[in-house]
Amino acid sequence: MNAVREVAMSPSGSVATQVVALTAGALLVTSVLLVWRRDLSAQVRLLMLQGVALAALATTIGLSGGPGTSRAELLLVAVLVLALRGWLLPWVLGRRLRAGIEAGDAAREDGPRLNPTAGLVLVALLTTVAYLVSRPISEGVAEHTGAPTPAGTAGPAAFAVPVGIAMVLIGFLLLVGRRRAMSQLVGFLVLDNGIATVAFLTAAGVPFAVELGISSDVLLVVLILAVLSRRIHAQVGSTTLDSMTELRD
Amino acid sequence: MGLLLLLPPVAALLAGLAAAAPRPAVPSLAGPRPGARPLAALSAATTRLSGVLVSAILLATGVALLRHRGAVPTLGGDLLRADALSALMLTVVGAVGLTATWAGLEPRTSPAASAHGSGATRSERRYAALVCVFLGAMAIAVTTDNLGVLWVAVEATTIATAFLVGHRGGARSLEAAWKYVVLGSVGIAIALLGTVLLYAASRSAGEPTLSWTRLVSGELPLDPALVKVAAGLAVLGFATKAGLAPMHSWLPDAHSQAPAPVSGLMSGVLLAVAFYAILRVRAIAAVVIGPGLVRGLLLTAGLGSLAVAGALILRQRDHKRMLAYSSIEHMGVLAVGAAVGGPVALAAVLLHLIGHGLAKASLFVVAGRMLASEGTTTIAEVRGLLSRRADLAVPLVVGMAALLGFPPFALFFSEVAIVLAGWRAGLGWAMALVVALLLVVVAGLVRATAAMTLGPAQRPPDQAHAVHDERTTTTTSAPDGSAPVAVATLAPAPAPPQAHGADRGPVLPLVLALGTTAVIGFVATPVGDVLTRAAAVLGLS
Repeated sequence: MNAVREVAMSPSGSVATQVVALTAGALLVTSVLLVWRRDLSAQVRLLMLQGVALAALATTIGLSGGPGTSRAELLLVAVLVLALRGWLLPWVLGRRLRAGIEAGDAAREDGPRLNPTAGLVLVALLTTVAYLVSRPISEGVAEHTGAPTPAGTAGPAAFAVPVGIAMVLIGFLLLVGRRRAMSQLVGFLVLDNGIATVAFLTAAGVPFAVELGISSDVLLVVLILAVLSRRIHAQVGSTTLDSMTELRD
Repeated sequence: MGLLLLLPPVAALLAGLAAAAPRPAVPSLAGPRPGARPLAALSAATTRLSGVLVSAILLATGVALLRHRGAVPTLGGDLLRADALSALMLTVVGAVGLTATWAGLEPRTSPAASAHGSGATRSERRYAALVCVFLGAMAIAVTTDNLGVLWVAVEATTIATAFLVGHRGGARSLEAAWKYVVLGSVGIAIALLGTVLLYAASRSAGEPTLSWTRLVSGELPLDPALVKVAAGLAVLGFATKAGLAPMHSWLPDAHSQAPAPVSGLMSGVLLAVAFYAILRVRAIAAVVIGPGLVRGLLLTAGLGSLAVAGALILRQRDHKRMLAYSSIEHMGVLAVGAAVGGPVALAAVLLHLIGHGLAKASLFVVAGRMLASEGTTTIAEVRGLLSRRADLAVPLVVGMAALLGFPPFALFFSEVAIVLAGWRAGLGWAMALVVALLLVVVAGLVRATAAMTLGPAQRPPDQAHAVHDERTTTTTSAPDGSAPVAVATLAPAPAPPQAHGADRGPVLPLVLALGTTAVIGFVATPVGDVLTRAAAVLGLS
């Protein structure tokens, strides 16, 4: 229980805090850039970067966790995150994207419902909302770990929780603001990365068995959506989801 | 006893593998090798019956666990555990699964298949394997004690059903499948966020655990503010999967596009399993922060679902979509019942789950046969079913009576019990609203059922040419983006009813399912006892 306090006090703890801040910043910046960029291959590269940043975050928390957290388990999770979110999922997306472009699909998100400027303004608003709503979470986590909380600053990791919440909200924004199947997939993955971020920051990740299950579920969902988007392209001739309005009441 | 818990997932896995196994060597042109034909027939039978077999095993395991008294069987720490509630849910999954898969069997009279003597086609094998995986995932979801594993299993059902929803192919099926996977995964991701925060709360309390029994024990000093956020998110997320308003929009599309037995499974058990997850989370929240927050959420979602379902059932023109909205309505009733809480309402909620699952699975199977026989799912194009096709009309009418909560059926008792319990709990205004909305639903469903079953046997001549179905209809969007226009492209002659026999099938499972729904409300000694024990697991607040 006092592990986090020891970490926060020790010099290595402050380094860990800085690395956490750095990776959290990278996660937020990549999410914001995802809203801004419309080129789909750039989005895939950003997603890869985000996966690497998430793995770095997991590694940092794993190394600085001290007693109470299973260090080996967290490092294993970090490797899993790096393999899945830093490499495999972007690779699946990139492959599907290239196949789509070869089959005559556009490489850009043309005509999103939201122009980039409005998107960035909304992102700023959503981030503010994230800071407001994640207060009970940060405080709840920091209070009981016994970390020093002077003037609203929470424990060494919990202070970054709003970044995870902001990523979840930005993922939602991408899901509703984009029309291409690929972009919706990217939005889903940002949302999922956000949840993983929250998990690492608040609870040092979930147990390994559960993490394995979650990872394989996410992988399968992405694979299924990639297959469905190929079939939709074959059937309708584009992957703009505006053509999918037949089912309604 | 603990090893019994392993039986459902292992059986589902093995049956899934057997169903997916490629067919034996195809007989060559020179004539089948001796022995190839029985092997192929065996492989085809395995594929065909795998879902029925898995459901039967689930049902048997569930009943065995229900009869078990004494220590709660566990296996692998907190991974698998079957208290009275889990056992009941496993039984429900098995019983409803058996109804949907057994009654959903099409008579094997297809001339192509019998002439070849060959095994199942690739698409049939994939279908059967996915149904097995689906059933196995639901069995794990209800028998685990670990909220993380519960989440993984519920999400796995999305994965298994994605291709089942899109099984028929075609633009509309793909649209339904895409919406289903995206909305389902996003919704359930919110539940993951809630689960993660619950884990964080337990970690802050000094003992990181996702075990439901530990979290609900009240021994951990969980942070109330954190649990509040976590429970709210988890309920919201699982409500998406349970088809509660306002996160229900995937449900009518997926249910109307999926093959009939899959619709029955999704409506009868998938929604129920997601609702079971809500019940578990509700119990944790009730221990740590009191029932207020979740009660408010569930009451809002329940009344909202009833209102949405009532409004859309009244003007529904497609009978499969109508059944889907009826599922939303019943999930609304369940949510209201869970919001009321207390031993009576919770036992009634569980009874309602059973009754709704059995009746809805039967009705979806009947709807599938009607589609095969009439070539349409449009209510207005089905006429005089009672005089032409009594074998379809009778189960339809009986099933509808069960669904509407007419007296001998279980749903009558559960709805009355929920309303009375709510009244006593001081939620009189909400119960009045529930009754009013239920009456609206009854009016809509009765009108549609009467329109389809009553009347002269002959189809009016002007409607005969309007018959279309998935196979003969292509749909083009108008270039200006206005509402899509359906264009019948092929010759509209309605298929002769006996053409491929897909409109017939086993009647016994329908009789059993609807019969069970009719009597289960009266059977006090074993059933009432089981319901009370299962409700007691949830804590009686």
